[in-house]
Amino acid sequence: MDGYNFAYLDEQTKRMIRRAILKAVAIPGHQVPFGSREMPLPYGWGTGGIQVTASILGAGDTLKVIDQGADDTTNAVSIRRFFARTAGVRTTTRTTEASVIQTRHRVPETRLREDQIIVYQVPQPEPLSRLEPSRVETRNMHALADYGLMHVKLYEDIARYGQVSISYDYPVMVNDRYLMAPSPIPAFDNPKLDRMPALQLFGAGREKRIYAVPPYTSVRSLDFTDHPFRATRAPHSCALCGATDSYLDEVVMDDRGRRMFVCSDTDHCTSRREVGHAGPESLPEAAE
Amino acid sequence: MAEGSLYDRGLAAIAIKQAQGDLIEAAFLLRAYRATLPRFAHSLPVETATMRIARRISATFKDLPGGQVLGPTYDYTHRLLDFALTEPSVPPPAPEAEAETKISPMPRVQDILDREGLIEPDAKPPQDAPPPGDLTSEPLSFPAGRDVRLQALARGDEGFLLAMGYSTQRGYGGSHPFAGEIRMGEVSVEIVPPELGFAIDIGDLTLTECQMVNQFKGSKAVPPQFTRGYGLVFGHAERKAMAMALADRAMRAAELGEDATAPAQNIEFMLYHSDNIEATGFVEHLKLPHYVDFQSELESVRRMRAEHDAAMQATREAAE
Repeated sequence: MDGYNFAYLDEQTKRMIRRAILKAVAIPGHQVPFGSREMPLPYGWGTGGIQVTASILGAGDTLKVIDQGADDTTNAVSIRRFFARTAGVRTTTRTTEASVIQTRHRVPETRLREDQIIVYQVPQPEPLSRLEPSRVETRNMHALADYGLMHVKLYEDIARYGQVSISYDYPVMVNDRYLMAPSPIPAFDNPKLDRMPALQLFGAGREKRIYAVPPYTSVRSLDFTDHPFRATRAPHSCALCGATDSYLDEVVMDDRGRRMFVCSDTDHCTSRREVGHAGPESLPEAAE
Repeated sequence: MAEGSLYDRGLAAIAIKQAQGDLIEAAFLLRAYRATLPRFAHSLPVETATMRIARRISATFKDLPGGQVLGPTYDYTHRLLDFALTEPSVPPPAPEAEAETKISPMPRVQDILDREGLIEPDAKPPQDAPPPGDLTSEPLSFPAGRDVRLQALARGDEGFLLAMGYSTQRGYGGSHPFAGEIRMGEVSVEIVPPELGFAIDIGDLTLTECQMVNQFKGSKAVPPQFTRGYGLVFGHAERKAMAMALADRAMRAAELGEDATAPAQNIEFMLYHSDNIEATGFVEHLKLPHYVDFQSELESVRRMRAEHDAAMQATREAAE
């Protein structure tokens, strides 16, 4: 695109971000401050993820962008177009074809490979922020690996509700050292982060932090021996592809309580239907 | 221009037009544009003592060298809607200054107090001080020095500063301020190109500066003296400069040995929440799809309700 550098950011800025990424990879789960720039999209709409993606993208890459698991949600379409326009890279909706996947709020159902990088958009990188608003305090707690506050929160949840009430952005322990916010993915996705073959990068633009989970790193959802972590999903099958193990979106059909459940990962659902899987609401020709 | 962090009246005008008058949106357009600009040089500190004054008032002295210069202001206008403005009209031509206006020197009020030792001396960085921090290229870190704090406030949202400054006046971290001086006018911007080795003038900025004189403080070692709060803003922006000076003084509470209990005295709170580009992005991002997170909450609440109902049922059955 005329007047702008490849992938929008100037090379000096990319270099600064790459240094932050290298540091983040070297210290898994540790939040590295970086000189986040104002992007032409608002803070809170993926500027951290966009800056990370812009810094790692090469001309030969194939980019996939999802939001809520879907390639066709408004913000995913907007970010994909941004890179198609400023970097001219190939884009795809196929998880298996992408070399870089930028995501908001989901991890694809398809297992990622070593030659792929997944970039998470992060609104709040500090896992302790709801318990301690001061970053001066939380930095100290991370330095001392003092996570008692979070354990107490989980314990109180169990005492009050019989279970942990956190259902997304469920805190994880990375490499047995740093407590990390996995971004607001449903807790259902947490197990996918553990020993994932792909490099996982997390960008928080407004909060100016980058962190990472290198390939095959241990990522453990916080729990107690007598109250082990449970990954939950809506207890239904996908109305379109019949999947019983994917994360589902609930679609309200009318005002009398009729609901339909469909895969939130649109590529997963499409791929399954292409090879003949069908659910109760599939069109007749797809079901045949 | 202030919140946009870019002094360019032409670009600011385009931004306001493109944003249809939405000033935060306009500031955002300027910020995103300025982030793509290369940095040629650092200017020398601008000298507001030699400002070409358009307005200069002091609330602490009836008269002083240079005098009170009222200049352009809404003060003392009666706020009556002017229905004549419904008709399109060309504004009357601005009055022209006489070419030979004698400019008398206008020393800053604080410097006058300083000569008598009545106010704490102007903060002067030591010779070996590191260059001032720059939030536009480095992330905020704590403890945040006054250089970074003032930069954040100068870029901060006027409404936020106004509310926080107001809160200090109502008792949440009061510092008993007097508007020592407010001045608005043009200053020269000078840079020293390395190949020349001397300063050259590259243009003018219109600035509004506010120096607040605040409650005195003293100890056994230091006799009582007034303390300072400082505000400096691009353009003609008196309200923001005054609010900034109140906020600056409030944020110096810990440094001056006062209890820092009020929100305006909490540096971390102030710095993390003063930027309206960050704030508007995050508040408005709630418009984005959150189906997945909400779904997980729905399932979680349904499950907990089911377990709650089951437990109630069991209790009832046990009682019967």
